[in-house]
Amino acid sequence: MTLPTTIRRVLPQLVALFVILALNTAIAPGFLDIAFANGRFYGSLIDILNRGAPVALLAVGMTLVIATKGIDLSVGAVMAIAGAVAAALITSDHSLAATILATLGVGIVCGLWNGALVAFLGIQPIIATLILMVAGRGIAQLITEGVILTFNDPGLVFVGTGAVFGIPFPVILWVAIGIAASVLFRTTALGLLVEAIGINRRASSLAGIGTSALLLAVYAASGLCAAVAGIVAAGDIRGADANNAGLWLELDAILAVVVGGNSLMGGRFSIAGSLIGAMIIQSVNTGILLAGFPPEFNLVIKAAIIVVILVVQSPASQTLFAFMKSRPRSEEDAAAPVREPEKEAAR
Amino acid sequence: MRAEDGSLAPAAGRFVSGRVMIGSEMLLRAEGISKQFLGVTALSNVDFDLAAGEVHALVGENGAGKSTLIKILTGAYRRDGGRIVLAGKPIDPSDVMDAQELGIGTVYQEVNLLPNLTVAENLFLGREPKRFGLTNRSEANRRSREILGQYGLDIDVTSLLATYSVAVRQIVAIARAVDLSGKVLILDEPTASLDAAEVSRLFSILDGLKQRGLGIVFITHFFDQVYRIADRVTILRNGHKVATRPIEGLKRIELVSLMLGRELQEQEAHVAEPVDRSQKPVVASFKALSKNGQIAPFDLEMRAGEVVGVAGLLGSGRTETAELMFGIHQPDHGTIEVDGKPVTFASPRDAIAHGFGFCPEDRKLDGIVEDLSVRENIVLALQARRGWAKPLPRKEQEAIADRYIEALDIRTSDREKPIKFLSGGNQQKVILARWLATDPRLLILDEPTRGIDVGAHAEIIRLIGELRQRGMSLLVISSELEEIVAYATRVRVLADRRHTGELPAGEISADAIMRAIASAEDETSGGGAGEGRAAEILREGTA
Repeated sequence: MTLPTTIRRVLPQLVALFVILALNTAIAPGFLDIAFANGRFYGSLIDILNRGAPVALLAVGMTLVIATKGIDLSVGAVMAIAGAVAAALITSDHSLAATILATLGVGIVCGLWNGALVAFLGIQPIIATLILMVAGRGIAQLITEGVILTFNDPGLVFVGTGAVFGIPFPVILWVAIGIAASVLFRTTALGLLVEAIGINRRASSLAGIGTSALLLAVYAASGLCAAVAGIVAAGDIRGADANNAGLWLELDAILAVVVGGNSLMGGRFSIAGSLIGAMIIQSVNTGILLAGFPPEFNLVIKAAIIVVILVVQSPASQTLFAFMKSRPRSEEDAAAPVREPEKEAAR
Repeated sequence: MRAEDGSLAPAAGRFVSGRVMIGSEMLLRAEGISKQFLGVTALSNVDFDLAAGEVHALVGENGAGKSTLIKILTGAYRRDGGRIVLAGKPIDPSDVMDAQELGIGTVYQEVNLLPNLTVAENLFLGREPKRFGLTNRSEANRRSREILGQYGLDIDVTSLLATYSVAVRQIVAIARAVDLSGKVLILDEPTASLDAAEVSRLFSILDGLKQRGLGIVFITHFFDQVYRIADRVTILRNGHKVATRPIEGLKRIELVSLMLGRELQEQEAHVAEPVDRSQKPVVASFKALSKNGQIAPFDLEMRAGEVVGVAGLLGSGRTETAELMFGIHQPDHGTIEVDGKPVTFASPRDAIAHGFGFCPEDRKLDGIVEDLSVRENIVLALQARRGWAKPLPRKEQEAIADRYIEALDIRTSDREKPIKFLSGGNQQKVILARWLATDPRLLILDEPTRGIDVGAHAEIIRLIGELRQRGMSLLVISSELEEIVAYATRVRVLADRRHTGELPAGEISADAIMRAIASAEDETSGGGAGEGRAAEILREGTA
């Protein structure tokens, strides 16, 4: 098989996605139907792409943070802050451009705060970002003064519900940001440097990598992605709900990254993998709804499906697959079974 | 306080005219201990014994096998071969708790207690005195005061351990270990973070424990402490036992040569040809650089085309010197000049920008980025210096990688193989390649040949010579004296965190280096200023 490396990297995720889509089709016969009405496409597939937008956006930033061996628990709260800021500014008669720029700026500041705690104070990322995760909702409530701030600005609503050439705008956003991030990190040396930090921060620093600056940048990127997701979520409901916007989405984002085949131990990363991971999670959500299970089953079924995916991806089963695959092969591949135990020993 | 002090003479019957009696009355005997890790021999057939009421020092360079031996005695590792006899009974400790119950207690350099518990809770952790099935706090506190009183320590045992100094914590750790185990006490570099007064307090406690008939194993790399407290010393090197000697009558120079593994009169294989360094341009000069508690002020002028060898025992300040020079730590005082202009290094990144390179001692921890490929590891420093926005084109990366794989004879099936699958010697060559790719003017190598196979060893020594001839300035730290003799054009000698002397080109031999180390250790061991011959030699030829 001579697929390009990028495709080969996300192949297991693509297979998992297609299996789930196939299951959904079996459950709900009309699943694959797409209709065009009122200037936009409708259908379950479109729904998955659209509903999965916030998690997909968060997953882009989360992938980068996790690649540095970090984690960002604050993204859900940053979504709430961003929604609150956007709603507060637009309702106090600021222009759409100013509102969006200021909101993105607030997201970046949130990320810089996390990054500073991690890079300069050496606080463990899970603790450093936990601070903003807890405090963030409080900050959002202070901004909205404890109420759900609603707005009717067509521009802001468009970010959450609009469509371009029939494609929902949130979908365009996450695909564009995903591609932009991939291009930025893979056509420059950023990807290599981020991976090096995640694998061995000390050695990277000794090799002359500006580890602190890069960590700051990566957490800032995560904050930026969360701010975009926050605007999408607020636009979608035409209001900022400080209590519920982005609630628990940090966990879905982490899950998307992991389902996307990225290691929580840092290092090698694939943004494409994480985006597919986000779509897998959304497909599972949609499938459960379509199947008409009682809602109380939803979380359990979702958990079970995720467990299966993670078990298939786990290093232990990968070794097993490689071993089973290498057996019937001819002598030219004799090196493979030797390499695998060596890999285990090195862990 | 010292052993020769009449009042604290060893218990009668243990020593017979200064010689330790061998035989059944040995408290602890380990015979033929062997241990392998993934096929790498860490200990090979090592014998060790300990008498009651004796302090037995264990010395050796990094990787000599000291900690492996200790971990086997304390049950942290299972041995692959050999037997351990404690008080006449063969034992096979399965874990640390087991060894403690059998009578072997250990105190580590980083005290292994819980700072967030009180002193009394630490002393009785896991064996709290009970009443009606509940912890009897007042009883625990009373007994804690009693136990610590024996060590001359009168502190509030209900305060958190974290509120006390390292020295007090160490005494608490010793008290716990002795109270719990009571036969053998193992101290792993207990003085590393203590000041002189605390050290002498610790030693008087150890003297008291000797009187009570405990056997004490004492790991240190400070020679004066060996002479002050130990009755016998065992020297390990590369996983083998070199010798066990009574301290009485053992000359320091003998101890140094046993540790570094050379007979004094042995002749050199070859010597680097002398260089007229005054003709060469100065690359960088370091003036009165110092860091409190790390390294005393030193001057060093690095010229193009010279190799400065750095010799000294472990803990003499070798690595600390390199770390200040490369900006890993920032000096408290002193200045750095590159091309005659003053510079400051806030991080290695700054040093690299001035054409410095550094191969660290701990290759696994500080050198390799294990999951990245050989190619990525080679281009890493060069790419970091260019900045993220100017990526090296893939073709160029491959060309660089291939060039160094060939030039340094790096054995790898292909350049995309993750570096973690390479052998130690080949990993070291990749790290060297990483720096050579940046075309450095000053390259610092910290133990570049440690833990690598013989073939790669010879190649790296040859490479150092080639780089010097190409005009690079090199500073090479090594414990291998033959090696230093083979490439150094002058040798800096360090002892006790000070630069104590320098051997110029004509005077370099393993014998001379060893004598310089031994005399420096002698001079500094008094704790005095250590001025004298060594300090005289130190004067940099900068005039």
